[in-house]
Amino acid sequence: MTLLEFQLACSALADEAPALINGAMSLDAWGEVRNALLGRKAGRLTELMALLPQLEKEERRAAGAAVNTLKQKIETWLDAAKAALESSAPPAPRHDLTMPGRAQWKGAVHPVSLVIDEICDIFRELGFTVALGPEAESSWYNFAALNFPDNHPAMDMHDTLYLKGDGVLRTHTSPVQVRTMQAYPPPVRILAPGNVYRRDFFDATHAPVFAQLEGMAIDEGITFADLKATLAHFARAFYGARTPTRLVPSYFPFTEPSGQMEVFFDVGDGRGERWIEIMGCGLVHPAVLEAAGLESERYSGWAFGMGPARIAMSRFSLTDIRLLYDSDIRFLEQFA
Amino acid sequence: MLMSHEWLRAFVPHTLSPDELRDLITTHVATVDGVVRLRADLHSIVVARVVQAARHPNSDHLWVTKVDDGRGELLDVVCGAPNVVEGMLYPFARTGTVLPAGLTIEKRKIRGETSNGMLCSARELGLGEEHDGILALDTLGMDVAPGTPFLDAVPVGDVRYEIDVLANRPDLQSHLGLAREVAALTGASLGDPAELFELDAMSGDLRFGDGVRGRVPTAGGEAVVDVYRAGSGGAHVQLDDPDGCPRYMGVVIRGLAVGPSPEWLSLRLAALGLRSISNVVDATNYLLHGYGQPMHAFDLSTLAQSTIVVRRARPGETLVTLDGVTRTLDERMTVIADAERAVAVAGVMGGRDSEVTEATTDIFLEVAYFAPRYVRATRRALGLSTDASYRFERGIDPDLAPRALALAAQLIVKVAGGAVDGQAIDVGAAPSNRARVSITSARVERLLGARVSGDDISRLLSSVGFSVTARGDVASTFDVVAPPWRNDVARDADLVEEVARLRGYDALSDEVMPFRPGTVPDHALHVTGRRVRDALVGLGLFEVRPLPFVAGHDETHVRVDNPLADDEPHLRVSVLETLARRAEYNLSRMQGNVRLFEVGSVFSPRAGALPAETIRVGLLVMGLRSPPHYTDASKDVFDLWDAKALGERVAAVVYPGRPITVGPADGDVVLWRISADGGEVGTIERVALDTPAWASDAYGVEVTLGRMPSAPVAAPGTHDYSAGAPSGLAARQHVTYRALPTMPPAEFDLALLVPDGVTAAEVEHLLRRSAGDLLERLELFDEFRGAGIPPGHRSVGWRLTFRDPVRTLRDKEVDGRRQKILRTLETELGVKPRTA
Repeated sequence: MTLLEFQLACSALADEAPALINGAMSLDAWGEVRNALLGRKAGRLTELMALLPQLEKEERRAAGAAVNTLKQKIETWLDAAKAALESSAPPAPRHDLTMPGRAQWKGAVHPVSLVIDEICDIFRELGFTVALGPEAESSWYNFAALNFPDNHPAMDMHDTLYLKGDGVLRTHTSPVQVRTMQAYPPPVRILAPGNVYRRDFFDATHAPVFAQLEGMAIDEGITFADLKATLAHFARAFYGARTPTRLVPSYFPFTEPSGQMEVFFDVGDGRGERWIEIMGCGLVHPAVLEAAGLESERYSGWAFGMGPARIAMSRFSLTDIRLLYDSDIRFLEQFA
Repeated sequence: MLMSHEWLRAFVPHTLSPDELRDLITTHVATVDGVVRLRADLHSIVVARVVQAARHPNSDHLWVTKVDDGRGELLDVVCGAPNVVEGMLYPFARTGTVLPAGLTIEKRKIRGETSNGMLCSARELGLGEEHDGILALDTLGMDVAPGTPFLDAVPVGDVRYEIDVLANRPDLQSHLGLAREVAALTGASLGDPAELFELDAMSGDLRFGDGVRGRVPTAGGEAVVDVYRAGSGGAHVQLDDPDGCPRYMGVVIRGLAVGPSPEWLSLRLAALGLRSISNVVDATNYLLHGYGQPMHAFDLSTLAQSTIVVRRARPGETLVTLDGVTRTLDERMTVIADAERAVAVAGVMGGRDSEVTEATTDIFLEVAYFAPRYVRATRRALGLSTDASYRFERGIDPDLAPRALALAAQLIVKVAGGAVDGQAIDVGAAPSNRARVSITSARVERLLGARVSGDDISRLLSSVGFSVTARGDVASTFDVVAPPWRNDVARDADLVEEVARLRGYDALSDEVMPFRPGTVPDHALHVTGRRVRDALVGLGLFEVRPLPFVAGHDETHVRVDNPLADDEPHLRVSVLETLARRAEYNLSRMQGNVRLFEVGSVFSPRAGALPAETIRVGLLVMGLRSPPHYTDASKDVFDLWDAKALGERVAAVVYPGRPITVGPADGDVVLWRISADGGEVGTIERVALDTPAWASDAYGVEVTLGRMPSAPVAAPGTHDYSAGAPSGLAARQHVTYRALPTMPPAEFDLALLVPDGVTAAEVEHLLRRSAGDLLERLELFDEFRGAGIPPGHRSVGWRLTFRDPVRTLRDKEVDGRRQKILRTLETELGVKPRTA
């Protein structure tokens, strides 16, 4: 017998022994297992030790150490098992299994985050990653770089909260478009979820801060048809494979052509099925590409923006948007 | 923007139903938010002819008639009207019809004679108070077949559209503008409404001659003064502010009679929900809503010296506007004045003193082009938005004025009488803003992803007023000039949108195209945020997204210049401060088990830059540590040790694989400070709340995830967007596996008498140092004070686990270490073992 064969035999027994010991459910059984492992006559370990003389002399020392280690392990396991068997309580009375289980507190992701996650999951399959940008933004990124004409009625759609100097609280997530295009070369495929701010009253249907989710794809050869197809794919993945969708004209300073994706469904407000706008979108305006330092003749791209809070309102049948902000435990735990 | 179906049809004779028109406009032009059928209650009334009328045998005021309702058989109908005449047409309610007042018409006997329906009066149809008799339609000039729906025959059944006209399409702010689109989309022809010309007196023959042009200042000539003047018909116009008012036109009409409008005119305005005011004012409103040209009629007799001066307001000058409010003006505002005082705020609202009244006989009719940004500034300064200011602000068709003036004068003379005196006055010049853009069919295809022929491009653009010239013989490059009403068009992308929408976005393919993977990695703060969110949800906490406004101090907090609420004008500096308010919200609703967290931005002021923005996670716990269960009567609440462990957990999740220390802080509020890689990244705190007596203590943790870079304006290519935070890849957790142990461990417990003033951390530090490399685990399992423990001491129990990876430890060895540890503890800290 070689040393290697001996060591293999040791480790085989080391693997096997715990199962034998753990199988002993009474002290009698434990005694039998102990005998089978360490018994003087036919104990497995005893038999291993008896093989030692068959080894070459210079190998016996290492083999002896191995078998001793194994012996100690087995004795430790046996002692622990015996102690457990001796201390175990008398058999418990039958439980009333209809009694309640012992729970842990459950936590929950915020409903708006649930919607954001679901949207991101769908676009991730189409190669999109997540980009972020600051909420305290410069007016250049929030307006000028996005082709907002100075002092124009288009600004009326963005009732802005201003900070000292040139700062604003971003009125949309679109500034992330420009920041990302400046930082990374095309192709770019990003989603940008985040909070945006409007100077709006806080009532059942309005909030001054709300989540928005921006998406943008920039490369050579990106087309309006590609935008329409991608958003229709999203809408069907999100609302159901047979949901009718349509893309109709709209206006945003930073896209041209512009559109809005509409979905025909019942938002649950009692008015039945109808066309509901779910996002604004369009080809990124060449002036925006240029502001971000890209050649507008070479690259094109599309972008969309949607409101996860509004989607959460209809998806979860909420009647008051303030529920999303109040942080009432009784509301939040419904999403656990 | 409200539009009338009938009014549109007066411009373009299309044959679409209201629903079809709604879909057409929405899919090609602008979203139609609503379709309101104004007299839906009359939809089952038909036009019927009384073929025969005879006296009722048993009544001296009733008639028995035979009525043709278009269904073939003549119906017997009893009628009590004095004015029923054989052969005439009347509105008829068949049996089963419900009248507007709620009455259901049934077949019944009236004094022995059967009546199968009812001939209706104007009042019964809700069309007025007239009830002397039934509504005779022939006198309205009606000649339609019996059976025609009443609403088709009489234009009271208009349909009102609510159209979401966005800021880029001021041309859609009139029926003419929308009708132009409908004409392009349906192929029907566009023309002026017949009602302007067809009827009586003035038959489209009103002429101004060539008009009176104002003198244009020329440098070096005699009129070097920057003044534009002209006069005609006894009125004089002087334009002193060509910036605010590039072009001003007007005409004098004398001898008119102000009174009620004819019904067709009132109905046009009523369809938009506008009240009829007088024939003259209604005529100007007709041009405003019909053609998109705001205009104003002044009572000429009220204008001092019959003079109009277009100038800036004088500082402090006041004017009582039509709504009766006294407005204080300033020199930024353009006004219309007479020789003495302001009489109107240019492009916004007229003055009360010069308004047209029943006594008015002569008017000066103003039609001007006011500059959008001036009107916008004035409207904002006065807080006064009107139909006129709304249109001027967005930019009306600058070339429309002469035509609108002619039409308006004609309409006024038609509905109010009188005659134009002199010629049209015309001073200044409207800005020519017709964009010239070239476009190629290749560019259209490259942006749309669909092939559109040159012929189609040309045809579609021409259909909405663009003039299109092909360059060369092959129609692939076009020089395009935008019509004057399209001030939104500036470059070829705008033309691509025109082509796309007129063709219909629906025509584009729905096939998702192959794409190249992007170069942007997931943002590190997003990756980390998701990981910490998942961990905390797993620990039983609720994610929240509250408002980040707080009441702070200008020195420490970022102030919002125009806050929503004056009591919370600042942005938060910590997540915990908003979580604390949310906890109080729950306590006030008797919810004491509060476990909230948020990953969000906090802000601090930075001189001369945007606020420093940091992404942090904050959590707050209070109340029961776990849901109550019948097996465990104790109601343990969260305490500081829970908070400490939560803090350690959060830090480990945010900074995976980095050395983290949680050190005691000397504060009543801050209990521990958390460091990662030696730098402070967060705190564990006792949270002070406005709590009721029954509430338990609240604890909070706040840990920084990273800085959000926010350079105010970055030069392309040099932007530090991703600086300051590891890439998303680096933020992901990569663990290195350690081999599972094969050797048995050796363990012993130490119960130590620790003098007060010596911390557990100091003891552990020594334990680790003196135990050596083979110490695998050090676990504090017990603390005890009281019987058997000397005063000024506590007993603390540690379990030490040793293991050598390759051999079994001998008892002697382990005991040797134990002795060494005890010696060191006693020497260095005065800590002795507790003896039994």
